[in-house]
Amino acid sequence: MTDMAQSDIGTAAPMPGGAPGDRSLTSGNTFGIRRRRAAEGRFKFYGVMAISIALIFLTILLGSIISKGYKGFLATDLNVEIDLQPSIMDPNGLLAAGSIEQLRDELQDGVNFLRFSQIIAPAVYDAAGVDPSNRDQAREVRALVSRSAPVLLRDQVLADPTLIGQTLEMPLLAGGDVDAYLKGYVKRETPEQNRRLTDYQLNLVDDMVERGAITQRFNTELFTNTTSKRPEAAGLGVALIGSFYMMIVVLAVALPIGVAASIYLEEFAPKNTLTDAIEVNINNLAAVPSIVFGILGLAVFINWMGLPNSAPLVGGLVLSLMTLPTIIIATRASLKAVPPSIREAALGVGASKMQSVFHHVLPLALPGILTGTIIGLAQALGETAPLLMVGMDAFVTRYPELPTDPATSLPSQIYNWAREDDRNSFDPKTSAAIMVLLMFLAIMNFTAVLLRKRFERRW
Amino acid sequence: MSAFTLLGVLVALSLIGFVLGRARAVALHNAGEKLHSRAGYHGGLVSIATFLPAFVVMSVALIAQPEIEYNVASANFPAEVLEDPIRTDLEVSATRNVAEGLELVDEATRSRLQFGLIEVRSALGEVGVALPANVTNYMIIGARDVLDFRDTAKPIVFGVCVAIALLALLLTWRSIGSRLRARNMVENVVRTGLLLASGIAILTTLGIVLSMLWESIRFFEMVPPQHFFFGTTWNPGFVNVGETELAGSGGRGSFGLLPLLWGTAYISLIALLIAVPIGLLSAVYMSEFAGPRTRAYAKPLIEVLAGVPTIVYGFFALVTVGPFIRDMINTIPGMSVGASSVATAGVVMGIMIIPFVSSLSDDIINAVPQSLRDGAYGLGATKAETVRQVILPAALPGIVGAVLLAASRAIGETMIVVLAAGATAKIDINPFEAMTTVTVKIVSQLTGDVEFTSPQALVAFALGLTLFVVTLVMNIVALRIVRKYREQYE
Repeated sequence: MTDMAQSDIGTAAPMPGGAPGDRSLTSGNTFGIRRRRAAEGRFKFYGVMAISIALIFLTILLGSIISKGYKGFLATDLNVEIDLQPSIMDPNGLLAAGSIEQLRDELQDGVNFLRFSQIIAPAVYDAAGVDPSNRDQAREVRALVSRSAPVLLRDQVLADPTLIGQTLEMPLLAGGDVDAYLKGYVKRETPEQNRRLTDYQLNLVDDMVERGAITQRFNTELFTNTTSKRPEAAGLGVALIGSFYMMIVVLAVALPIGVAASIYLEEFAPKNTLTDAIEVNINNLAAVPSIVFGILGLAVFINWMGLPNSAPLVGGLVLSLMTLPTIIIATRASLKAVPPSIREAALGVGASKMQSVFHHVLPLALPGILTGTIIGLAQALGETAPLLMVGMDAFVTRYPELPTDPATSLPSQIYNWAREDDRNSFDPKTSAAIMVLLMFLAIMNFTAVLLRKRFERRW
Repeated sequence: MSAFTLLGVLVALSLIGFVLGRARAVALHNAGEKLHSRAGYHGGLVSIATFLPAFVVMSVALIAQPEIEYNVASANFPAEVLEDPIRTDLEVSATRNVAEGLELVDEATRSRLQFGLIEVRSALGEVGVALPANVTNYMIIGARDVLDFRDTAKPIVFGVCVAIALLALLLTWRSIGSRLRARNMVENVVRTGLLLASGIAILTTLGIVLSMLWESIRFFEMVPPQHFFFGTTWNPGFVNVGETELAGSGGRGSFGLLPLLWGTAYISLIALLIAVPIGLLSAVYMSEFAGPRTRAYAKPLIEVLAGVPTIVYGFFALVTVGPFIRDMINTIPGMSVGASSVATAGVVMGIMIIPFVSSLSDDIINAVPQSLRDGAYGLGATKAETVRQVILPAALPGIVGAVLLAASRAIGETMIVVLAAGATAKIDINPFEAMTTVTVKIVSQLTGDVEFTSPQALVAFALGLTLFVVTLVMNIVALRIVRKYREQYE
């Protein structure tokens, strides 16, 4: 045999295509080996480059979000002493008369809202160390405080009217421009007429920061406030609840239907045209652009069924339809991974087909199903386009009580903030919201990976 | 809310049915009777029998309700309104609003009202329902009829459903005995349920196609198809809520699809130019050259790119890539471009689909049989030569399929282009110009105050249908290529 092989090579010695004669197996630089090695090196280099470019993109993407986003988690306060004078807050002496409820009604009335601004103004002049008789200066000082500050103060007083008459040392939310200045978005080098803070205000802010009258803190309101046109007061509260409701709906709709469909297709379906049609369908649905699901939701759930616009219920249903293929594909894979011997053993001891599936196969496939479901949920949580179609990008300033009340979602809130005009203030805010979203996604995906690692079973 | 109450009652009844059925089975068993199935199955059977028929009746009633109410509401409409179906639709929905408002008014006020327009308006104003300006007397009468209908129909439906549930409960409960094969019946119901669940997938597709087809047909009744498919100007104009006739240029907007398709194709092309080389080369490197350690780190990291939501890419394009590209281009003398451009959207979309291309190609390259590689190595080829001359040609059909799949994803992508591509529909070669895509226009035509009878809104459904068909064809072709390619090596 060996002889044969050798003699074959011998007869085929002049390689086809190569120039015969000057290339032989014995001379040093044959077949352009150096050239070929160089080509090999180049090729490898291209591969490394491709991977590095992809990773660089990832770094830039995350870096740009985080470098802006961490500032969004900071809020700026003016620390003032507020004297809640009864003469302004309670001119009718209702508190002394003991009729607290009446006082609440009075304070809640929009007509009396001015009282809170009147109370705040002197406190701010005091903290800034300005003489209120200089009207121009006074106006510029007042502009340092957020216009949401009176609202917040009102909420506080309404919660406890007995505060009236006391002097409170408390933080007031600073205006969005002050906040943006401290975060470096408003720059001193910009000509005065091109920025919204005057030189006088900037000096004042610098001075107050030095004295500790303006401080930064962690922005817990980002998670609790509703959205607002005033960036300093805008929060993700409604969006978080809306997204939470939608995840519940997706879990309640897509998981049972997805698992049921996979069980049928994997365990019971006869090989016929209908089964084939369903399978082709599911594969195609997985690749349908997400916005098309939104159009479906708009046409079917809202226009035809008359479900309310902007409701997490509708958003959740749309996302369920979108997640269904993901869950079905994952569930089928994990059902398939359960060896037939399990089923045969169950049938052998007298279980019905249904019992063998529900009592034996399904529990063994559960970790895989859970992993697939979490990944599907993560996909649904980040989806925006279909939600725009069903009105989840509305401007909602009231907390939804039911899944049918108007709400937004994390991604659609990000979309809304990304389109606000006041980029100086909304850039960090939007990035912070994105970080919150990514955090949730990371946790979900990490859980899925852990589940897979922990329960993965090779039969 | 009444539907929820009824549902609650039915669920409660079916739970009671379960307990009763199970108890009876246990009692019979203890009395020495030989039952076919275990007690739980008897309980389950009673429970299902109690719930299902009543639930079906309830669902039918709920589905029929709007249709009947439509007829009730429009019964008193004058003939000239009924002649115009679009106007009837509008007025019926206004009538429904009036009815919703009247429901909020308390009973006493409602009966005291003379149903003169002014009184109704002020009464509804007090409960916070604003009536549309064009409410007329017959709508208010219609609204009252709708409410009357609801008041009579609701108790009837409620009673019928509960009666059916109770009857079924009683009958199945009594039928429990040695001859009843409860388990088989329960299993048949469950099996049907499983079949129905897998039918949801078909229903969804059907829903997508039908809903979009329906609205598209209405659109094509107003705008001829050739103007849509071959039109080169996109200028839909505006129509205010409440108007049905066209405003805008000469009373008729122009709905040319071509500029949108051009923008879509151009952006996708740029995206593919970025994603395909990077994705393919990294897949090749990962599967042929990289050691297990590199693979263990690099692969999940690249896949992180796939897990980032598209809105994040959109924001990234809007605030980082867009201004960067703008500043770069504007340093060239004589160039002046904005931040929204085809290039911005294309580059960011390209980044987004890198992991898509790389993981698909990775699968495909791994499916090339080891024997082909061994053959090439045996002939003395280097790794790079093997990849270039053996693996890639062998994997080519699969890679083409992968690229098609990636392209269909790029075409359907929405958030990046909404935020970063711009809104001007035009056909231009310059990649630094803002252009727009099919998905952008779907979003802009369907968000905000929309009148669903105007071509301005309906065009979105035609666009959606176009998008659906294009991506579907690409997917089917791609999946077929990939499958054929896999079979080739199996």
